[in-house]
Amino acid sequence: MVQKREETVIRIVGHAQDGVQSLGSLLAKLAGRSGYQVMTYMTIPATIAGGSSVYQLRIGVNPILTSGDVSDLLIALHQDSLDAHKNALKKGGMLLTDSDQVKECEGVDFEKHFAIPMSIKMNELLEGRGARGKNMFLLGMLCNLLGIDEAKVEQLAVEKFGSKGEAVIGNVRKAIQAGFKYEWDNGYPEIALQAVENPPNQVTMDGNSAVAYGLIASGIRYGAAYPITPATSIMEMLREELPKYKGIFVQTEDEIAAVCAAIGMSYSGHLAVTSTSGPGMSLKMEALGWAVMAEMPLIVVNVQRGGPSTGIPTQVEQSDLMQTLYGSHGDAPKVVLAARNVEECFHICREAVKLAREFSTPVYILSDQGLSTRIEGFQMPDLDEVMIEPVLDLSDRPEDFLPYPPEGITQHAPPGTKILSGKYPTVTGLEHDEKGNPNPSPDNHMKMSAKRREKIKLIEKQSVEPEFYGDKEGDVLLVSWGSSFGSARETTMRLQEQGKKVSHMHVKMIFPLKKSIGSVFEKFKDVYTVELNDEGVYGVGQFGMLLRSTTCCSNIQSICKTDGLTFKVSEIMDRLS
Amino acid sequence: MNLQKDVKLTQKLSKKVLTAKQPTWCRGCGDHSILAAYFRLLEKLQLPHENIVTISGIGCSSRFPYFVNSHGIHSLHGRALPFASGVAIARPDLSTFVFSGDGDCFSIGGNHLDHTARKNPDMTYLVMDNTVYGMTKKQTSPTSPKGFVSKTDPFGAVDEPINPMKRLIACGATFVARTSASNISHVMEMLERAHAHPGFAVIECLSECTQFNLGSFEGLNPRKGGAFPVIEEKLNDGSPEDEKRHDPTDEVAAYKLAEADYPGWFGVFIEKKLPTKDDLEQSLIENVRSKNPEWGDREHLQASLNSFA
Ligand SMILES: Cc1ncc(C[n+]2csc(CCOP(=O)(O)OP(=O)(O)O)c2C)c(N)n1
Ligand code: SF4
Ligand SMILES: [Mg+2]
Repeated sequence: MVQKREETVIRIVGHAQDGVQSLGSLLAKLAGRSGYQVMTYMTIPATIAGGSSVYQLRIGVNPILTSGDVSDLLIALHQDSLDAHKNALKKGGMLLTDSDQVKECEGVDFEKHFAIPMSIKMNELLEGRGARGKNMFLLGMLCNLLGIDEAKVEQLAVEKFGSKGEAVIGNVRKAIQAGFKYEWDNGYPEIALQAVENPPNQVTMDGNSAVAYGLIASGIRYGAAYPITPATSIMEMLREELPKYKGIFVQTEDEIAAVCAAIGMSYSGHLAVTSTSGPGMSLKMEALGWAVMAEMPLIVVNVQRGGPSTGIPTQVEQSDLMQTLYGSHGDAPKVVLAARNVEECFHICREAVKLAREFSTPVYILSDQGLSTRIEGFQMPDLDEVMIEPVLDLSDRPEDFLPYPPEGITQHAPPGTKILSGKYPTVTGLEHDEKGNPNPSPDNHMKMSAKRREKIKLIEKQSVEPEFYGDKEGDVLLVSWGSSFGSARETTMRLQEQGKKVSHMHVKMIFPLKKSIGSVFEKFKDVYTVELNDEGVYGVGQFGMLLRSTTCCSNIQSICKTDGLTFKVSEIMDRLS
Repeated sequence: MNLQKDVKLTQKLSKKVLTAKQPTWCRGCGDHSILAAYFRLLEKLQLPHENIVTISGIGCSSRFPYFVNSHGIHSLHGRALPFASGVAIARPDLSTFVFSGDGDCFSIGGNHLDHTARKNPDMTYLVMDNTVYGMTKKQTSPTSPKGFVSKTDPFGAVDEPINPMKRLIACGATFVARTSASNISHVMEMLERAHAHPGFAVIECLSECTQFNLGSFEGLNPRKGGAFPVIEEKLNDGSPEDEKRHDPTDEVAAYKLAEADYPGWFGVFIEKKLPTKDDLEQSLIENVRSKNPEWGDREHLQASLNSFA
């Protein structure tokens, strides 16, 4: 009897038509349903034919921080796929191939190889439709090997394919069962997982879905956007979901119209969202500056992708940080939050909404391509705790109502609100006085710039220290933001196990940055930001620049890269060694 | 509730009540007349004061909201329509009025015309066309006639001007009219019909820039011997004269009217009934919600999350 594992990493590589994506996402869902922790990584094959489709899953009983550097089991459905992903298998790992397609395994460092004539087998089983059944065959096989209940697989198959007619579901069943019942003659891939003690009630979804439902839970009912990879599925989901909540999401002619319409919605009393990615973000910048000037609450989601320009739409990067902070002209302070994982994509919306409302400011949520498509299981949110009631406050405003009280925080009176003075304000992007009247005088501009600055400073004051892991002093401090969290944390844990004096800080609120973190940096010999962007002309990443300029600590350096892939733990370790 | 409140909130909407700042436009600027017409309209309609929203872009004309005591937005150059769409879509209970210039509407914001029209949100948009960039002190605008001498065309404009009426008809707006600031009661009449029209109603209004384009619309004032030809709309009374009258649901006929030489036709070119954005979204909402009519937000969200469990 072999020992059951705490976790296993499986990578499946094939062609676009092999259905690798649906195999991977179904397996992730089943793992989540069975109470396992799961994190996935996938690449969408290039639009040109012949590109490989990759799906990697890390499944286990303990919390998972990354989808894994290398796999325990590599499944290759085509020769060229295997050739391209040879190195994705752990030294001495297990290889499983479709022996009808893969003839040559030279250079693959495997310990065991299971060659299964899947194409022929499935062709026989499904009467010529074999290519389409391989993924379901593998699903059954993998669930059997992992120890996932057959009834759960059956149920999911019905949920997923039930509406597609008898013929389809029949074939799916046949293939899954064939996988489950597959008779191994000479050993089998040992990936069986330990049972989960108390399986948690989990949801398993990708980052964009988590953002969409997070926004809904936080009371967002209106929004506008223009399609752009990898942000599109947020607007698609909101368009489909919001009518249930009597809300409206509109697809506009471009990103400029989207942000302007969302501002109009917010102005009208319904805090609204606009979601986009790099190129769209660039188009929105003028209007976002307007929102800062007019002090209009707004939620802006940027699912970052490789840039500049059209860049690499389907690859991950964290290179919009400076644009987010300074992309609009003029002094335009706003709030910027970044999500570390899929679960946080959900919960960060609540924070964003609260800050936007309380301080009447645009709040940007930064996600990225990696998070947008990655699937994770996380605790089912407790709706009693997380839901925010949407409110349209049209209550009368007092005689002395001012849209821009110099000493106070702006709270706008949406149209439809009676103002007892009988004087109604015009909100504007021109510099204005406390009543909203244009006023370009030097004194007034100083005063109002201070007003917009001071409220952000107040947020800084009220904010909590960034999350810290490890000793408060040592040799190396890794500082991550956004999705670099997992790789930085796992690296820290491994180095700590080796006895190294390494700690980890993760920053969720990018702006305003907690000022006091400088005193933490001073306690370390070296501080490294871990970020997916270029090291720049001065040798530090964008977050590194921000930290340096904020804290003046000269020990801040960066571990950066721009290969379009999330950090491997080994890459960070190499840079530190 | 104090007494003062009662007085201020129940008072009739008069020009005095509706006036905010004194307009800062130049003396003789046509925009003054458009503001006057707007006040007359609001005096006539007596809408709840707090439900009037006055929205603009950027330009001389777009200073408009500052002179009106109502809720309002002074937005961005070219973006009056998307800002206003957001308001009108999220709050169809409001009366949304939009004002901006020819540069704002036909140049930098040109693309928004088509897409606002496609959505048909309930709002009234009046384009204040002085055929010049007034705010930035006399550059060529997309409606400047060929040969127009401006600071960006010191040798006279060489690019073909657009025909605003063709543009508005083609964008698909469900109400399209043309008027001139030189005829305040006609502006007021067009505004009133535009406001009454459910959906996206747009009016092109000639408005003289006395500073940079003096005399541009000479010959419009019948009292000065000019012409102000007004479109006669079909009465559908079966009379032989009615044959010749304009059918505002006929786009081709409207297009022909738009082709007339200066000063062109004034009045309603297009008036057609299409569902408004709000009609469409509300029926979509009703449809979706009818599947689980007794569910609140919480039940909906829980069900969605359960589908990921
Ligand atoms: C993005 C942007 N580009 C340019 C300007 C400068 N600008 C302000 S108003 C204007 C032209 C206004 O012309 P029009 O819309 O015809 O209005 P008018 O002043 O004639 O009433 C320009 C170019 C601006 N404010 N914003
Ligand atoms: S510059 Fe022209 S458009 Fe502007 S206020 Fe003066 S007259 Fe009117
Ligand atoms: Mg103009």
